[in-house]
Amino acid sequence: METNKAKLDQILKEYSGIKGALIPILQKTQESFGYLSQESMGYIANSLKMSAADIYGVATFYTQFRFTPVGKYVIKVCHGTACHVGGIKILDAMLESKLDIKPGETTKDGLFSIQQVACLGCCSLAPVVMISDKTYGKLTNDKLGKIIDQYYTAEKEGKTL
Amino acid sequence: MIEIKIGTATCGNAAGAQKTLEKFQILSKENNNILISETGCIGMCYQEPIVEIFASGKKFLYANVDEKVAEKIFTDHVVHNNPVPENLIAETENEYQFNKQKRIVLRNTGIINPEKLEEYIARGGYEGLKKSLAMTPADVVKVVTDSGLRGRGGAGFSTGMKWKFASDSKNDKKYVICNADEGDPGAFMDRSVLEGDPHAVIEGILICGYAIGANEGYVYCRAEYPLAIKRLLEAIKQAEEKNLLGKNILGTNFSFELHIKEGAGAFVCGEETALMASIEGKRGMPRLRPPFPAVSGLWAKPTNINNVETLACVSYILANGAESFNKYGTEKSKGTKVFALAGKIKNGGLVEVPMGISLKEVIFEIGGGIKDNKKFKAVQMGGPSGGCIPESLINTPVDYESLMATGAIVGSGGMVVVDEDTCMVDVARYFLNFTQTESCGKCTFCRIGTKRMLEILTRICDGKGEDSDVEKLLDLANKVKNASLCGLGQTAPNPILTTLKYFKDEYIAHIRDKKCPAGVCTALIRFDINDKCIGCGACKRACPVAAITGTVKQKHILVQDLCIKCGSCYNVCKFSAVDKG
Repeated sequence: METNKAKLDQILKEYSGIKGALIPILQKTQESFGYLSQESMGYIANSLKMSAADIYGVATFYTQFRFTPVGKYVIKVCHGTACHVGGIKILDAMLESKLDIKPGETTKDGLFSIQQVACLGCCSLAPVVMISDKTYGKLTNDKLGKIIDQYYTAEKEGKTL
Repeated sequence: MIEIKIGTATCGNAAGAQKTLEKFQILSKENNNILISETGCIGMCYQEPIVEIFASGKKFLYANVDEKVAEKIFTDHVVHNNPVPENLIAETENEYQFNKQKRIVLRNTGIINPEKLEEYIARGGYEGLKKSLAMTPADVVKVVTDSGLRGRGGAGFSTGMKWKFASDSKNDKKYVICNADEGDPGAFMDRSVLEGDPHAVIEGILICGYAIGANEGYVYCRAEYPLAIKRLLEAIKQAEEKNLLGKNILGTNFSFELHIKEGAGAFVCGEETALMASIEGKRGMPRLRPPFPAVSGLWAKPTNINNVETLACVSYILANGAESFNKYGTEKSKGTKVFALAGKIKNGGLVEVPMGISLKEVIFEIGGGIKDNKKFKAVQMGGPSGGCIPESLINTPVDYESLMATGAIVGSGGMVVVDEDTCMVDVARYFLNFTQTESCGKCTFCRIGTKRMLEILTRICDGKGEDSDVEKLLDLANKVKNASLCGLGQTAPNPILTTLKYFKDEYIAHIRDKKCPAGVCTALIRFDINDKCIGCGACKRACPVAAITGTVKQKHILVQDLCIKCGSCYNVCKFSAVDKG
């Protein structure tokens, strides 16, 4: 927790005196630790002189915030209209069976988490999936399966894609 | 000097543009006579990755440029000056011509390098700001009013009038907010403009700030658009260096400070009062109006909120005059509008057309019609707040009033085209699932009403619908519409109301006959392998859940308990050996 505190202090310092900074602070915290732990929200509450409940209330309102750790790669599956009519459900089923997890869960090896998101804005290339910050379009089961395999291969070689 | 431009907006990248870019970089490494640059999205997303070669005074536009094609273009065209006809889609000395389109908002996207301010200025950028600063603020408001521009975010309120209200509010502090929380699934024009031409939006914000007397502003951009945020930050930095942002802009008394706020994933924050609550660091819940933001907005100060596309129009209008904009369009809907074409359409992407042209022209002439030559069924317009327009109304002109009369809306401009293989009850359920999840929970009718409507739609899709369900849906829909505070609840029932109005037979088929005519609702369909099966194994390989078993050259078996009814086997079988029923 000591290193976490140092990191949190750094984030809090960056936003000190700025109006309406709670959401960016939470975003930066999540970026650093992968999720919002109870401890970090409590620590932020103390520093900002707000109640932890208020902070939790804001955090749970927005879908971006997670309260459990996530995998190294977050697979964002687009559930926009174009992807819906373009058959994203089939990809959902494939991912769930290949990784053996449901949306919102993380694989046992800690490599992947699946997250269902609203539109990613690449509707002409539906169905679309985003892994970390990389977008993959015009997907089929076969194509997505191979992409996931690439990540596994990279991991074996000790690389990060 | 030969210039190679690669479209690296999110859509281009999703199609592999980064690999194409790297390929060109490797190939031209030793050649000082070649300049490689990046640009935004030209709108033809279905042809990505798109590459432009600028050589011997001419522009050549290439489509579907993967690494292999890149190599061929480099050897044949760049080195030996022989264009590659297979991938060439346009060749011109001037501006590209787009069939029936008029590009105002998209005037620079896909043409300039969005990370280079000088390229924006070379095409007349910041002229609108210069002209504005030489006018009185009231005159700037008048130009915008005269242009007839209406808010492009969905509601279609007169932009000039909105500015007038904000400028009439007396206060020492005012704010301008650019709403870039493009949440409607199926709309991506704001992303494209921010990624491809960020200065056009920043210039619009500055003009607005000058006109209403504000010196501080925010761009509220959704976090799902990381590239748009990156390009905006870069553009702000450049504008500050050139004294186009900051203190005493261009030597005048006008100063302006611009911040970026990243959204955190809440659809309701597209609503202006919810958006302001979110900037203030609170839960993004809408509040009662009045007071309108023009009187009491962000931190209780007068605030003007416009959407990305609106502000990109503003910078054009001030540079070229009200006349340059209002000569397009209809009597009440002036100018052009960007539509995002997606779904079962051949040429998906962004198009910008004068208001008033027909849906048919947009979908069939510009969009090229339906994919795989299937039958057009409907077009869903305006996202979760909009509605479905059937084939019988395909000649409807695209303007605010005409579309409203069908039960749909212009909205943000998403057009999702659906064909005979799409179930309209499932589409309605999809949207209800979306609005129900995104309801902030403040109004009882929106919170509980959308939930109950979703339950009814789900049971209809599961084959458990009851005869009274249609009536219950209509009753709830009207109550939710009338008893919700903000646009989300007021418009949430629209997809149900329009599908019930135009596709009631599909509801009846689900409820009475327990059949899904389009073959989508999984509880109402099943797949079986018949005796035509020769045991090729294609279906077995295609099945994502290993529900098909069998040995080569023998009839395969589909295990119903495992089947998720995705239809992969049905689509892949070349021997009509999979029955769908």
